[in-house]
Amino acid sequence: MTTTNEGQGPLLEVRDLHVEFHTRDGIARVLNGVSFSVDVGETLAVLGESGSGKSVTAQTIMGILDMPPGKITKGEIFFRGKDMLKMSEEERRGIRASGIAMIFQDALSALNPVFTVGFQIAEQLRLRRGMNKKDALKRAVELLDLVKIPNAAGRVKQYPHEFSGGMRQRAMIAMSLALDPEVLIADEPTTALDVTVQAQIMDLLAELRRERNMGMILITHDLGVVADVADRIAVMYAGRIVEHADVFSLYRQPCHPYTAALLESMPRLDLKGQELATIKGLPPNLLRPPSGCPFHPRCRMAVDQCVAEVPQLITLGMDRLSRCFRAEEMITNG
Amino acid sequence: MAEPILQVKDLVKHFPVTQGIVVQRTIGQVKAVDGVSFDLMHGETLGVVGESGCGKSTLAQVLMCLTPPTAGQAFYRGQDIFKLRGSALRRIRRQIQIVLQDPYTSLNPRMTVGDIIGEPFEIHTEVAPKGDRRRRVQELLEVVGLSPEHINRYPHQFSGGQRQRIGIARALALKPEIIICDEPVSALDVSIQAQVMNLLGDLQRELDLSYMFIAHDLSVVRHLSDRVAVMYLGKIAEIGTEDQIYEHPTHPYTQALLSAVPVPDPTLRGRREVIRLIGDVPSPIDPPSGCRFRTRCWKAQDICAETEPPLLAPVSDDVFLDSHPSACHFAEERPHVVV
Repeated sequence: MTTTNEGQGPLLEVRDLHVEFHTRDGIARVLNGVSFSVDVGETLAVLGESGSGKSVTAQTIMGILDMPPGKITKGEIFFRGKDMLKMSEEERRGIRASGIAMIFQDALSALNPVFTVGFQIAEQLRLRRGMNKKDALKRAVELLDLVKIPNAAGRVKQYPHEFSGGMRQRAMIAMSLALDPEVLIADEPTTALDVTVQAQIMDLLAELRRERNMGMILITHDLGVVADVADRIAVMYAGRIVEHADVFSLYRQPCHPYTAALLESMPRLDLKGQELATIKGLPPNLLRPPSGCPFHPRCRMAVDQCVAEVPQLITLGMDRLSRCFRAEEMITNG
Repeated sequence: MAEPILQVKDLVKHFPVTQGIVVQRTIGQVKAVDGVSFDLMHGETLGVVGESGCGKSTLAQVLMCLTPPTAGQAFYRGQDIFKLRGSALRRIRRQIQIVLQDPYTSLNPRMTVGDIIGEPFEIHTEVAPKGDRRRRVQELLEVVGLSPEHINRYPHQFSGGQRQRIGIARALALKPEIIICDEPVSALDVSIQAQVMNLLGDLQRELDLSYMFIAHDLSVVRHLSDRVAVMYLGKIAEIGTEDQIYEHPTHPYTQALLSAVPVPDPTLRGRREVIRLIGDVPSPIDPPSGCRFRTRCWKAQDICAETEPPLLAPVSDDVFLDSHPSACHFAEERPHVVV
């Protein structure tokens, strides 16, 4: 499946995506112009706290955003050069799972409790590949084997509740790989898991991405996990990408005060406890976002300009972007 | 820091597994906590880490006297808290309070913040006389960094971090000596987590509190703890000072756990030695014989299946060796396990 890209440009590209939610209390602008791209064999991490819009971005790409209350007001999502937002639902369906697949955070609620794991993996193969029951189930066993579930042949007949947490996440990964997707979106794939299991799952994902040369979007809030696997990182805050850089530059020299503060406020295993640096205040209420840069009420570098106008993404050298008026200053001052 | 304020001895908590609806037969026991002993010193923070199902939350529930232990004792200032009844038990309960994990479900949505924080005074009337309560609640709100004007608001009007502060204020209401924190920051975002951790640290210094800090996040535990106990399947695998556990771990489980924690530094990618454990934690209904970790351990030998390793400091001739209790037959430091 992973042939070279026939069109020009990246495998998946999101351009200027705007999404809003119509709620009883007003309109919440959840995404305010998100742009990024993922190429073959590349891992992009989308990092952000709850409410930053990272999961909504994933849902919009997959076409599983609840509309209403959600509404895409602007933007384009190109998969292999074709805008998915202009496609019919049928065309969209053709891309889902075979072009772009997704892994969800909570495997227990993402799997259907009344069907066996094997049935759920085989279902897409039967419907989309026209396989008969027997062949589909055989392929399901192979897939479970691929994600290193011991005794796969016996396990396909079991129900999700008979699987442990790590095993369920593996089963979901197997399911997402059934139709050989080119892009895999992993939405907080290890948040619900213990550290030792988290390490296993992240290893598995990295290995599968390498073997199949997939593009991967890893959505997470965990700065540690990101450092181990990502090629590039997009940091989101209040529905915007505030910083975009390759993983090494970002950790060495963050160019947005929010990223810098996040890195400092994180307790680290290899550093002994002193008072942690904190980000004062709370994430903004998207129903009533602050004027100008949404981070300015919490920012220690804020100046008058930040209150008055929204900063644009500025380019800082190779492939680095920051949405801060004082980004260049941050680089020169170190 | 000298005298222990809480001494736990051979604490056991088994939950029966039953079968049948009308006639219930016990077909097994979930050995959630299976012989745990430790001392909590006055003014210290004892971190308790372990993966889900290791019994750390059950330990908290038993010590709060929310569920009776199957066996074992816990002495608070020389008194066995599990033997107490009635008013004596109530007096002890005042001294041991808990902060729960999920700030969204641990606060009653129909009660105002004032009522939530003031509710402990209904039972322990001696702490704050009726006319004084509102003022006391406002004081508590201020202590945890919330505005006293928020006293009439409801929990849904607060963010996750603020709610956790309300939970902390409620735990502080009765001026306890011991606070058990059961995963107090795991439901919070990184930027908010730091605020709450700093608050817990400040309160400990100001109010001379002793914490038992339960968490699965090893970085968080290291940040706050003086001593750390690592639990695995209902038992303590290793216990020691923060430095002993994090810099010189001797139990294979601790070593694996530490090596699996992702470090936010991409330059270490591929250069860190990571011990990958195989499989999942076995069921606490039917734990492995001998050492409970042996099924996932790379050091396991025949002796591990036969004899259970005691939680003891290894005897050594080297007087300079700073040893600490570790329940492993082959307890040994690994070179450069922590980066």
